[in-house]
Amino acid sequence: MSLWSYANPVKFMALSGRLLRPIAGLAALCLVVGLTWGFFFTPDDYRQGSTVKIIYLHVPAALMAINAWLMMLVASLVWIVRRHHVSALAARAAAPVGLTMTLVALVTGAVWGQPMWGTWWAWDPRLTSFLILFLFYLGYISLWQAVEDDDTAADLTGVLCLVGSVFAVLSRYAVNFWNQGLHQGASLSLDAEENVADVFYFPLLVCIAGFVLLFLALVLARTRTEIRARRLRALTLRERMIHA
Amino acid sequence: MPDLGKYAAEVLGAYASTAILLAALVVLTWRRSARVRRALERAEARRDE
Repeated sequence: MSLWSYANPVKFMALSGRLLRPIAGLAALCLVVGLTWGFFFTPDDYRQGSTVKIIYLHVPAALMAINAWLMMLVASLVWIVRRHHVSALAARAAAPVGLTMTLVALVTGAVWGQPMWGTWWAWDPRLTSFLILFLFYLGYISLWQAVEDDDTAADLTGVLCLVGSVFAVLSRYAVNFWNQGLHQGASLSLDAEENVADVFYFPLLVCIAGFVLLFLALVLARTRTEIRARRLRALTLRERMIHA
Repeated sequence: MPDLGKYAAEVLGAYASTAILLAALVVLTWRRSARVRRALERAEARRDE
């Protein structure tokens, strides 16, 4: 069976209905295990003290903030090229989840930065590009709500998503491009010298899995709602035409 | 509870704010899902009458 067959709303609803509970359950399990492990059973860092425990929230949230936008980009491109409504609705459904992840990354970053850098905020390349990404999320959600016709809204937000992708990529690689600012390099690296120590790394991986699964569960649930809302708008419009 | 030392407020604040934001997202998602599902069921029932 082709992947494109799931662009059919009926097939998507059937498949997502079966997957939603197991994915949500796994997300809860990974988050509970990962955060409990990280918070209660890992040592303090020799320089950062107990603030290192914020890594289990900040890094997964930042990863998902960027990857949610990239998922929206792929879904928007599928809409623009193939005109599958489910992909446009999936992009719309992912935006509030990505917005929340970006907000979590910004808040936990500020709370972590204050004791380590002596400031809540700095106009550092990575922080600034993340703030711009947050504003792009707000703009994207507002544009969906401002345009009445769903197809036009999907076209316009698709273009906005393409433009915003520059900042999604920038927020990931800003440190490498400019090599300045307060934010350190990536916490996760294939280079063992740069990667965080194993004692922090393994609970961090479990937390990342939890955030990925939480994102997936929320996007599936919200896409199902968007599909139902679209059908509801169509039925309401039909009722109005009959009674007019 | 681990000893968080002088950074207890920052660490607990980060965990509390994340919990509030994610819980709000889950609750809002769940409530809107239930509201739209009920409205759609009512609309489909009216159509089938």
